[in-house]
Amino acid sequence: MSEQNQNLDLASIRTRLDAARGKNYWRSLDELAATEGFQDFLHREFPRQASEWEDVEGRRNFLKLMGASLALGGLSACTKQPTEVIMPYVNAPEALVPGKPLFYATAFTVSGIASGVLVESHMGRPTKVEGNPEHPASLGATDVMTQASVLNLYDPDRSQTLNFLGEIRSYSSFLAVFKEALEAQKPKGGAGIRILTESFTSPSVAEQMKNVMTLFPAAKWIQYEPLGGHGTRAGSKLAFGSYANTVYHFDQADVILSIDSDFLGSGPGGVRYARDFSDKRRVRGSQTSMNRLYAVETTPSNTGAKADHRFAMAPSQVAAFVRGLAAQVGAGGDAAPTGRETQTKWMSALVKDLQAHRGSSLVVAGQGQTPEVHALAHAMNSALGNVGKTVTFTDPLEANPVDQVESLRDLVHDLDAGTVELLVILGGNPVFTAPADFDLKDKLARAKLRVRLGLYEDETSDLCQWHIPETDSLESWGDARAYDGTVTIMQPLIAPLYQGRSINEFLNAFTETPEKSGYDSIRDYWTKQKPGADFEAWWKRSVHDGMVKDSALPAKTLMAKAPPASPIENGGGGLEISFHADPYIYDGRFANNGWLQELPRPMSRLTWDNAALMSPATAQKLGVDTEDRVELKLGGHSVLAAVYMQPGQPDNSVAVHVGFGRTRSGRAGNGAGFNAFRLRTSYAPTFATGLSVRKTGERFPLAQTQHHSAMEGRAIVRSAPVSEYISKPEFAQEMSEAPPKGLTIYPESFTYTGYKWGMSIDQSACVGCNACAIACQAENNIAVVGKEQVIHGREMHWIRVDRYYEGSPENPTAHFQPVPCMHCENAPCEVVCPVAATVHDQEGLNNMVYNRCVGTRYCSNNCPYKVRRFNFLLFTDWETESVKLQKNPDVTVRSRGVMEKCTYCIQRINYAKIAAEKDDRHVRDGEIVTACEAVCPTNAITFGDENDPNSRVRKLKDEKLSYGLLADLNTRPRTTYLASLRNPNPEIEAS
Amino acid sequence: MPQIFHHSSNTLSKISIVSAVLVLGAVGAALFELMADSSYATNQGVMRVQPVQFSHSHHAGSMGIDCRYCHTSVENAAFANIPPTKTCMNCHSQIWTNSRELEMVRASFRSDQSIPWVKVHDLPDFVYFNHSIHVKKGVGCETCHGRIDQMPLVYQKNSLEMRWCLDCHRNPEKYVRPPSEVFTMGYKPQEDQLVMGARLVKENHIQKLENCYTCHR
Repeated sequence: MSEQNQNLDLASIRTRLDAARGKNYWRSLDELAATEGFQDFLHREFPRQASEWEDVEGRRNFLKLMGASLALGGLSACTKQPTEVIMPYVNAPEALVPGKPLFYATAFTVSGIASGVLVESHMGRPTKVEGNPEHPASLGATDVMTQASVLNLYDPDRSQTLNFLGEIRSYSSFLAVFKEALEAQKPKGGAGIRILTESFTSPSVAEQMKNVMTLFPAAKWIQYEPLGGHGTRAGSKLAFGSYANTVYHFDQADVILSIDSDFLGSGPGGVRYARDFSDKRRVRGSQTSMNRLYAVETTPSNTGAKADHRFAMAPSQVAAFVRGLAAQVGAGGDAAPTGRETQTKWMSALVKDLQAHRGSSLVVAGQGQTPEVHALAHAMNSALGNVGKTVTFTDPLEANPVDQVESLRDLVHDLDAGTVELLVILGGNPVFTAPADFDLKDKLARAKLRVRLGLYEDETSDLCQWHIPETDSLESWGDARAYDGTVTIMQPLIAPLYQGRSINEFLNAFTETPEKSGYDSIRDYWTKQKPGADFEAWWKRSVHDGMVKDSALPAKTLMAKAPPASPIENGGGGLEISFHADPYIYDGRFANNGWLQELPRPMSRLTWDNAALMSPATAQKLGVDTEDRVELKLGGHSVLAAVYMQPGQPDNSVAVHVGFGRTRSGRAGNGAGFNAFRLRTSYAPTFATGLSVRKTGERFPLAQTQHHSAMEGRAIVRSAPVSEYISKPEFAQEMSEAPPKGLTIYPESFTYTGYKWGMSIDQSACVGCNACAIACQAENNIAVVGKEQVIHGREMHWIRVDRYYEGSPENPTAHFQPVPCMHCENAPCEVVCPVAATVHDQEGLNNMVYNRCVGTRYCSNNCPYKVRRFNFLLFTDWETESVKLQKNPDVTVRSRGVMEKCTYCIQRINYAKIAAEKDDRHVRDGEIVTACEAVCPTNAITFGDENDPNSRVRKLKDEKLSYGLLADLNTRPRTTYLASLRNPNPEIEAS
Repeated sequence: MPQIFHHSSNTLSKISIVSAVLVLGAVGAALFELMADSSYATNQGVMRVQPVQFSHSHHAGSMGIDCRYCHTSVENAAFANIPPTKTCMNCHSQIWTNSRELEMVRASFRSDQSIPWVKVHDLPDFVYFNHSIHVKKGVGCETCHGRIDQMPLVYQKNSLEMRWCLDCHRNPEKYVRPPSEVFTMGYKPQEDQLVMGARLVKENHIQKLENCYTCHR
């Protein structure tokens, strides 16, 4: 793609946009500029040599190889099926029926905060994570990281042995050494002990830590989490005087202002918030009320993409803007609004809207924002009467909230002073994630004995003498709190694969019972909490349900005053840099998860890399282009990064995502992207000014999927303001229509009398989180292909979420469109298959038969939606033992040379159909839930029987907003879309 | 010197070369077909040596133990279930406790190691067969597996080729039984199979499923 950006010209883009009449949707800057490279890219079936054989010398070689492979192919057909053995149980476990999966409730935590899940287990192998419908943070859905968590369990690069200086040791030999070290500390009260942990909300770990601190009163417990919401925590203290946890109620909010918050995409409670938010904007028939979202953003995110009004703002401007806004809504504060004219205009409309919705408005500050901004947001919510309605407060989720940066700074001081004799690092990866100015990497060795409990032998383990493998959350007992405080007692799905220890188990090493099991530790804690004869019943119920009943923290009423204004950090004209969590690999802890690495980032569509995101204007000013390698220099630190021009990025500011650039994460994560933590300091964790960008002259290829499968200016995405829907509900259907029946010379198609499966996707609801893509990957054994293959356009995702822009490249509106197979009634793929490997069935499914496919790829060539995926190489890992355990036994694992695509989760359809047949009944609506539908946080995807007049999918398809993609080609797609609606403020719209 | 070969031998030689190729090809194709259908490829009728010489003809035949005593999930799951060692030990902890034949079973029970039974009916991995729905719709055990009650060592009675599956999927009336007779061995219908079959197809809503996705996914 490197050539494509060469002749990108902003001025010409603007001219083209101005000249275009009506709506103009675009996918990338190259498309907008219509560069030659883009045209070439677009017109290839699989872009970039995807169909060409690069390594062969000539015709002779080709013929030789063909002859040989033909002979071998013929011979291999003569082989017999190998003899297989069946290994039945000796004593079959209760409730286990071979061939039927079991589901167990547990939880998955990020930064200590839990969301409830049900994990599917096939004969003891966890294979797929589903949401727990009863859990308040899940309601049946999950986010991307939770979906991918099952692959973390089977990661072959996890640490598998207990090591002392690289030699394998036993746990008992470690305990002997550890005990000796503890004995030496006893007389001093543990003054030389430092325990460094991540944030956690686990009540039992908190209790155990308390016990350790009682045994060693002079020891210090340090908590550090690079992205765990320092601003959120400090902001609550600034506003209320003590730490508090904020819970938002989007189901009560009509006007929402997001201040650089990606509440729809990430953060605690994100899945629940996305559901509540989208439930307030489902326009159906005559129900036309919608909430309104304003977003101020320092870099484009899912939340900004869904906003009715989005404002790109350089990070240094945010505090001043929020202060001005707080003053105007009467929340105290002082400064008058600053900034450009449009900003002032926009702000006065926003203020009016917020004030018109007292008690039903909501101001949300982002996790990465400064404490001051958080405190101001609290003050605005108080002033607008939102407290107790759209926002409530509880005690903090963490057992022991502290200022984590100061906590870590303290440790660094002690390391400098040489007073640390025993350093125990539980989880995390502080050497990689600590602020750059702490130089933790160089200072860690000053602690005498360093012990590390970790999932991977990573950058931190490298510098510790002892490394103890940790258990994955699917392997161990545990407990944790959700965003509202609800406790889940987490149960293991499988015995530890590599004799790992959980944190609960490890902490017992400090006590007299060092080998006490995790189960006993957790159960003992809860026995003390719930004394009484009915404990056993309570315990069983809580473990079974995946949550402890009524354990959400009680709401507290807290009122905030605006904090005194801190001096406004003026950008000073210099270039700014802002640091963001990667939406998938987070702070780098999931860097070795191939599913997450290969999933296109929601806005940039980048895979396998992060980049220095900058606006086209800034890039032009700096004289750099997408894929130029530049040196980012800040303070005394510098990194080499690839530039990516990101529409909607505020000018004069570069956004970077942390978590990439790992060196010790494993085969997938090593070498992907650059390490932005090297620029992030303790005094500027959110953003910094004074960045310098130096062009190196090198190019660095980025694997982006944004051009793949572009759809050439037809009415693909259809969107309108809700006002237009009210005056003309059929607007979407009028944009293009399916040809009338009987127009074709072929005999009229088959009538579907039995089941008629169909899907409806609501583009208003889709927040572009990509959870569907990962759920599909886990359910359907979809392979990971790697960066080089993504560049060639060979990614295998069966459902992709297309992102379209509308409007100017400075601040475009974005639309998301998930695209699975359309299961066309007149499927263009079927008529061209020479071997009938793709055929239609009586229920309208477009069947793809792997064992018939010979790999001509004609079908993909003829598919107007570009949803077919071809195994160009042997993408599936047939070698690694642990990865095999993840495979869904109900879906064929595909090999090289075979076409594949979305099946509407045929294994789930067949499962439900057989169950229904056995009961002599019809399949009920909602009985079949496809993997993408199940995981969707916003219920944007609905699957069902179109012939059932009462089915949800039938009703959605009868909506006036419903339209078929490229229906004018007479493909009669079974997957249809509801046009996207927005609710802009007429006052801003008019200006 | 006169010509040895008459001018017409040119044509003859051409014909013989072409026909040789054709005949060889035809013979090859025929051999391949025979091969593919032979028990060498399908394992049809081949008795398998099992780690324990378990006799179905003794247990299911003369003792009359119901199929479902061991194959517990045949009515509610895709797999019929190969019984755990515990099932054997239910009886053999009481009878034949010192039999040499059963030492492997007892060893398995003692050491908690599975008995490695050899798979007799082995469908390709891209075929997803479900026992429970076939049993429910009236396909007898015997219809696919043959007279298990007369097999000392179990062998595969039918070819298990796709055409064999499709024969029943296309014409279920030729094979289905009343649901009460599914587990009966040696069942003989009271009336003409086709008449009864047609009635059962109607009564039990038996579908003629020929979609690829019925079995392949």
